[in-house]
Amino acid sequence: MAQPQLESTEAELIRRVCGGEPQAFEELLRPYERLVYATAISILRNPADAEEVAQEAVLKAFSKLSSFRGESRFSTWLVQITYNEARMKLRKERQHLYESIDREQQDQEGEYWPRDFADWRPIPSELLEREELREALQNGINSLSPMYREIVILRDVHSLSLKDTAAVLGIPEGRVKTRLHRARLQLRDFLAPGFDGSWSSGQNYRKVRAW
Amino acid sequence: MSTIEISCVEVWREISNYLDGEISVELRERMQAHFGVCEHCTAVLDGTRNIVQLVGDGRIFRMPDGFSERLYKKIHERRSP
Repeated sequence: MAQPQLESTEAELIRRVCGGEPQAFEELLRPYERLVYATAISILRNPADAEEVAQEAVLKAFSKLSSFRGESRFSTWLVQITYNEARMKLRKERQHLYESIDREQQDQEGEYWPRDFADWRPIPSELLEREELREALQNGINSLSPMYREIVILRDVHSLSLKDTAAVLGIPEGRVKTRLHRARLQLRDFLAPGFDGSWSSGQNYRKVRAW
Repeated sequence: MSTIEISCVEVWREISNYLDGEISVELRERMQAHFGVCEHCTAVLDGTRNIVQLVGDGRIFRMPDGFSERLYKKIHERRSP
Protein backbone atom coordinates (compact mmCIF):
# COMPACT_ATOMS: atom_id res chain seq x y z
CA MET A 1 0.00 0.00 0.00
CA ALA A 2 1.43 3.38 -0.97
CA GLN A 3 2.09 5.83 1.82
CA PRO A 4 0.01 9.02 1.73
CA GLN A 5 3.30 10.94 1.71
CA LEU A 6 4.46 9.04 -1.37
CA GLU A 7 1.17 9.76 -3.09
CA SER A 8 1.39 13.49 -2.40
CA THR A 9 4.98 13.55 -3.67
CA GLU A 10 3.84 11.77 -6.81
CA ALA A 11 0.96 14.18 -7.30
CA GLU A 12 3.45 17.04 -7.00
CA LEU A 13 5.83 15.43 -9.53
CA ILE A 14 2.95 14.86 -11.96
CA ARG A 15 1.94 18.52 -11.62
CA ARG A 16 5.51 19.58 -12.35
CA VAL A 17 5.79 17.38 -15.45
CA CYS A 18 2.47 18.65 -16.79
CA GLY A 19 3.43 22.21 -15.89
CA GLY A 20 6.45 22.16 -18.19
CA GLU A 21 9.16 20.41 -16.17
CA PRO A 22 9.57 17.13 -18.11
CA GLN A 23 12.75 16.27 -16.21
CA ALA A 24 10.59 15.55 -13.13
CA PHE A 25 9.24 12.52 -14.97
CA GLU A 26 12.43 10.58 -14.30
CA GLU A 27 12.02 11.04 -10.57
CA LEU A 28 8.40 9.97 -10.84
CA LEU A 29 9.26 6.85 -12.78
CA ARG A 30 12.36 5.65 -10.97
CA PRO A 31 10.65 3.63 -8.19
CA TYR A 32 8.61 1.76 -10.80
CA GLU A 33 11.19 0.79 -13.42
CA ARG A 34 11.34 -2.75 -12.16
CA LEU A 35 7.56 -2.96 -11.95
CA VAL A 36 7.26 -2.01 -15.60
CA TYR A 37 9.95 -4.43 -16.71
CA ALA A 38 8.62 -7.34 -14.64
CA THR A 39 5.08 -6.78 -15.91
CA ALA A 40 6.32 -6.85 -19.50
CA ILE A 41 8.49 -9.93 -19.05
CA SER A 42 5.72 -11.80 -17.23
CA ILE A 43 3.70 -11.61 -20.42
CA LEU A 44 6.41 -11.78 -23.08
CA ARG A 45 9.03 -13.90 -21.29
CA ASN A 46 11.77 -12.63 -23.57
CA PRO A 47 14.09 -9.97 -22.07
CA ALA A 48 14.60 -8.10 -25.36
CA ASP A 49 10.85 -7.92 -26.08
CA ALA A 50 10.16 -6.97 -22.48
CA GLU A 51 12.63 -4.10 -22.65
CA GLU A 52 11.16 -2.83 -25.91
CA VAL A 53 7.62 -2.92 -24.51
CA ALA A 54 8.75 -1.34 -21.23
CA GLN A 55 10.23 1.57 -23.18
CA GLU A 56 7.11 1.97 -25.31
CA ALA A 57 4.87 1.86 -22.24
CA VAL A 58 6.94 4.45 -20.39
CA LEU A 59 6.98 6.79 -23.39
CA LYS A 60 3.24 6.41 -23.71
CA ALA A 61 2.78 7.19 -20.02
CA PHE A 62 5.00 10.25 -20.46
CA SER A 63 3.01 11.61 -23.40
CA LYS A 64 -0.37 10.80 -21.82
CA LEU A 65 0.46 11.99 -18.32
CA SER A 66 -1.79 15.03 -18.59
CA SER A 67 -4.74 12.64 -19.03
CA PHE A 68 -3.94 10.86 -15.74
CA ARG A 69 -6.76 11.90 -13.43
CA GLY A 70 -5.51 10.37 -10.22
CA GLU A 71 -8.50 8.04 -9.96
CA SER A 72 -6.09 5.14 -9.49
CA ARG A 73 -2.57 5.18 -8.17
CA PHE A 74 0.12 6.22 -10.63
CA SER A 75 1.77 2.78 -10.36
CA THR A 76 -1.51 1.01 -11.22
CA TRP A 77 -2.04 3.29 -14.21
CA LEU A 78 1.52 2.63 -15.39
CA VAL A 79 1.10 -1.13 -15.03
CA GLN A 80 -2.17 -0.96 -16.92
CA ILE A 81 -0.43 0.75 -19.86
CA THR A 82 2.44 -1.75 -19.78
CA TYR A 83 0.05 -4.67 -19.60
CA ASN A 84 -1.91 -3.41 -22.62
CA GLU A 85 1.25 -2.77 -24.65
CA ALA A 86 2.61 -6.24 -23.88
CA ARG A 87 -0.66 -7.94 -24.76
CA MET A 88 -0.81 -5.98 -28.00
CA LYS A 89 2.67 -7.08 -28.97
CA LEU A 90 1.87 -10.69 -28.17
CA ARG A 91 -1.31 -10.48 -30.21
CA LYS A 92 0.55 -9.08 -33.22
CA GLU A 93 3.15 -11.81 -33.09
CA ARG A 94 0.62 -14.57 -32.69
CA GLN A 95 -1.53 -13.50 -35.64
CA HIS A 96 0.73 -15.50 -37.89
CA LEU A 97 0.54 -18.55 -35.70
CA TYR A 98 -3.25 -18.89 -35.93
CA GLU A 99 -3.25 -19.01 -32.19
CA SER A 100 -5.86 -17.26 -30.13
CA ILE A 101 -4.65 -15.64 -26.94
CA ASP A 102 -8.24 -15.50 -25.79
CA ARG A 103 -8.54 -19.24 -26.00
CA GLU A 104 -5.37 -19.59 -23.98
CA GLN A 105 -6.80 -17.18 -21.45
CA GLN A 106 -9.63 -19.44 -20.41
CA ASP A 107 -9.38 -20.58 -16.82
CA GLN A 108 -8.22 -24.13 -16.42
CA GLU A 109 -11.18 -26.22 -15.47
CA GLY A 110 -11.70 -27.93 -12.16
CA GLU A 111 -10.03 -27.34 -8.85
CA TYR A 112 -6.35 -27.65 -8.21
CA TRP A 113 -5.15 -29.88 -5.42
CA PRO A 114 -1.61 -29.86 -4.06
CA ARG A 115 0.53 -32.64 -5.51
CA ASP A 116 3.47 -32.55 -3.20
CA PHE A 117 3.46 -32.59 0.57
CA ALA A 118 7.13 -32.13 1.21
CA ASP A 119 7.66 -30.03 4.31
CA TRP A 120 10.68 -27.91 3.62
CA ARG A 121 12.54 -25.68 5.99
CA PRO A 122 11.61 -22.05 5.21
CA ILE A 123 14.02 -20.48 2.76
CA PRO A 124 15.16 -17.09 4.12
CA SER A 125 15.00 -14.18 1.73
CA GLU A 126 18.75 -13.51 2.15
CA LEU A 127 19.28 -16.55 -0.06
CA LEU A 128 17.83 -14.58 -2.96
CA GLU A 129 21.36 -13.32 -3.40
CA ARG A 130 22.03 -16.75 -4.86
CA GLU A 131 21.53 -16.93 -8.58
CA GLU A 132 20.23 -20.51 -8.46
CA LEU A 133 17.36 -19.58 -6.15
CA ARG A 134 16.35 -16.58 -8.27
CA GLU A 135 16.52 -18.74 -11.35
CA ALA A 136 14.40 -21.47 -9.76
CA LEU A 137 11.73 -18.94 -8.79
CA GLN A 138 11.77 -17.36 -12.25
CA ASN A 139 11.48 -20.78 -13.87
CA GLY A 140 8.58 -21.53 -11.56
CA ILE A 141 6.79 -18.34 -12.57
CA ASN A 142 7.54 -19.00 -16.23
CA SER A 143 6.09 -22.48 -15.94
CA LEU A 144 2.67 -20.99 -15.17
CA SER A 145 0.33 -20.27 -18.05
CA PRO A 146 0.06 -16.53 -18.86
CA MET A 147 -3.11 -15.79 -16.92
CA TYR A 148 -1.68 -17.27 -13.74
CA ARG A 149 1.71 -15.66 -14.29
CA GLU A 150 0.15 -12.20 -14.58
CA ILE A 151 -1.73 -12.66 -11.34
CA VAL A 152 1.42 -13.67 -9.43
CA ILE A 153 3.34 -10.72 -10.83
CA LEU A 154 0.66 -8.18 -9.99
CA ARG A 155 -0.41 -9.52 -6.61
CA ASP A 156 2.66 -11.19 -5.13
CA VAL A 157 5.60 -9.53 -6.87
CA HIS A 158 4.13 -6.00 -6.87
CA SER A 159 1.67 -6.30 -3.99
CA LEU A 160 -1.15 -4.67 -5.95
CA SER A 161 -4.41 -4.85 -4.03
CA LEU A 162 -7.15 -7.24 -5.10
CA LYS A 163 -9.10 -4.25 -6.38
CA ASP A 164 -6.23 -2.82 -8.43
CA THR A 165 -5.32 -6.24 -9.85
CA ALA A 166 -8.92 -6.77 -10.91
CA ALA A 167 -8.93 -3.31 -12.52
CA VAL A 168 -5.70 -3.89 -14.46
CA LEU A 169 -6.83 -7.27 -15.76
CA GLY A 170 -10.46 -6.29 -16.25
CA ILE A 171 -11.82 -9.27 -14.30
CA PRO A 172 -13.89 -9.54 -11.11
CA GLU A 173 -12.09 -9.72 -7.75
CA GLY A 174 -13.45 -13.22 -7.16
CA ARG A 175 -11.67 -14.45 -10.26
CA VAL A 176 -8.44 -12.79 -9.13
CA LYS A 177 -8.69 -14.82 -5.91
CA THR A 178 -9.32 -18.16 -7.62
CA ARG A 179 -6.54 -17.62 -10.18
CA LEU A 180 -4.13 -16.48 -7.49
CA HIS A 181 -4.96 -19.56 -5.46
CA ARG A 182 -4.19 -21.89 -8.35
CA ALA A 183 -1.05 -19.97 -9.29
CA ARG A 184 0.37 -20.11 -5.77
CA LEU A 185 -0.30 -23.81 -5.30
CA GLN A 186 1.16 -24.62 -8.72
CA LEU A 187 4.22 -22.56 -7.93
CA ARG A 188 4.70 -24.38 -4.66
CA ASP A 189 4.36 -27.75 -6.36
CA PHE A 190 6.85 -26.67 -9.01
CA LEU A 191 9.39 -25.76 -6.35
CA ALA A 192 8.63 -28.56 -3.91
CA PRO A 193 11.04 -31.07 -5.51
CA GLY A 194 13.83 -28.67 -4.56
CA PHE A 195 15.97 -26.34 -6.54
CA ASP A 196 18.45 -29.00 -7.44
CA GLY A 197 15.81 -31.71 -7.85
CA SER A 198 17.12 -33.57 -4.85
CA TRP A 199 14.15 -33.23 -2.53
CA SER A 200 11.34 -35.69 -2.34
CA SER A 201 8.99 -35.25 -5.25
CA GLY A 202 5.43 -36.43 -5.65
CA GLN A 203 5.77 -38.39 -2.46
CA ASN A 204 3.86 -38.33 0.72
CA TYR A 205 4.82 -36.11 3.58
CA ARG A 206 8.48 -36.20 4.30
CA LYS A 207 10.73 -33.82 6.17
CA VAL A 208 13.19 -32.29 3.76
CA ARG A 209 15.90 -29.72 4.07
CA ALA A 210 15.93 -27.00 1.48
CA TRP A 211 19.46 -25.75 2.05
CA MET B 1 -17.59 -24.52 22.30
CA SER B 2 -15.82 -26.93 19.98
CA THR B 3 -14.73 -25.96 16.48
CA ILE B 4 -16.45 -27.72 13.60
CA GLU B 5 -13.96 -29.92 11.79
CA ILE B 6 -12.89 -29.14 8.26
CA SER B 7 -11.52 -31.51 5.62
CA CYS B 8 -8.11 -31.27 3.91
CA VAL B 9 -9.83 -30.54 0.60
CA GLU B 10 -11.70 -27.59 2.10
CA VAL B 11 -8.47 -26.31 3.63
CA TRP B 12 -6.56 -26.52 0.32
CA ARG B 13 -9.31 -24.58 -1.39
CA GLU B 14 -8.85 -21.67 1.01
CA ILE B 15 -5.08 -21.62 1.59
CA SER B 16 -4.45 -18.61 -0.63
CA ASN B 17 -7.33 -16.64 0.91
CA TYR B 18 -6.09 -17.66 4.35
CA LEU B 19 -2.68 -16.16 3.60
CA ASP B 20 -4.31 -12.94 2.39
CA GLY B 21 -6.68 -12.71 5.36
CA GLU B 22 -9.61 -12.92 2.94
CA ILE B 23 -11.69 -15.35 5.01
CA SER B 24 -14.16 -15.13 7.86
CA VAL B 25 -13.03 -15.38 11.49
CA GLU B 26 -15.01 -18.59 11.82
CA LEU B 27 -13.29 -20.27 8.86
CA ARG B 28 -9.90 -19.06 10.06
CA GLU B 29 -10.46 -20.72 13.40
CA ARG B 30 -11.51 -23.99 11.79
CA MET B 31 -8.45 -23.95 9.55
CA GLN B 32 -6.13 -23.16 12.44
CA ALA B 33 -7.54 -26.11 14.36
CA HIS B 34 -6.94 -28.30 11.30
CA PHE B 35 -3.33 -27.13 10.87
CA GLY B 36 -2.76 -28.12 14.48
CA VAL B 37 -3.38 -31.76 13.67
CA CYS B 38 -2.61 -32.16 9.94
CA GLU B 39 1.04 -32.26 8.81
CA HIS B 40 0.14 -32.36 5.11
CA CYS B 41 -1.89 -29.18 5.16
CA THR B 42 0.65 -27.43 7.38
CA ALA B 43 3.38 -28.35 4.87
CA VAL B 44 1.31 -26.92 2.01
CA LEU B 45 0.53 -23.75 4.00
CA ASP B 46 4.13 -23.14 5.09
CA GLY B 47 5.57 -23.85 1.65
CA THR B 48 3.05 -21.59 -0.06
CA ARG B 49 3.67 -18.79 2.44
CA ASN B 50 7.41 -19.15 1.92
CA ILE B 51 7.06 -18.96 -1.86
CA VAL B 52 4.80 -15.89 -1.64
CA GLN B 53 7.35 -14.16 0.61
CA LEU B 54 10.26 -14.97 -1.70
CA VAL B 55 8.42 -13.92 -4.84
CA GLY B 56 7.35 -10.68 -3.14
CA ASP B 57 10.93 -9.77 -2.35
CA GLY B 58 11.33 -8.21 -5.77
CA ARG B 59 14.91 -9.31 -6.21
CA ILE B 60 13.99 -12.22 -8.44
CA PHE B 61 13.55 -9.98 -11.45
CA ARG B 62 16.86 -8.52 -12.39
CA MET B 63 16.58 -5.92 -15.08
CA PRO B 64 18.99 -6.35 -18.00
CA ASP B 65 22.28 -4.47 -17.64
CA GLY B 66 21.93 -0.90 -18.82
CA PHE B 67 18.12 -1.06 -18.81
CA SER B 68 17.69 2.18 -16.86
CA GLU B 69 20.25 4.09 -18.91
CA ARG B 70 18.59 3.09 -22.18
CA LEU B 71 15.16 3.89 -20.80
CA TYR B 72 16.10 7.38 -19.65
CA LYS B 73 17.92 8.00 -22.91
CA LYS B 74 14.67 7.24 -24.78
CA ILE B 75 12.72 9.58 -22.52
CA HIS B 76 15.33 12.27 -23.02
CA GLU B 77 15.10 11.89 -26.80
CA ARG B 78 11.32 12.21 -26.58
CA ARG B 79 11.60 15.33 -24.44
CA SER B 80 13.95 17.07 -26.81
CA PRO B 81 13.50 15.63 -30.30
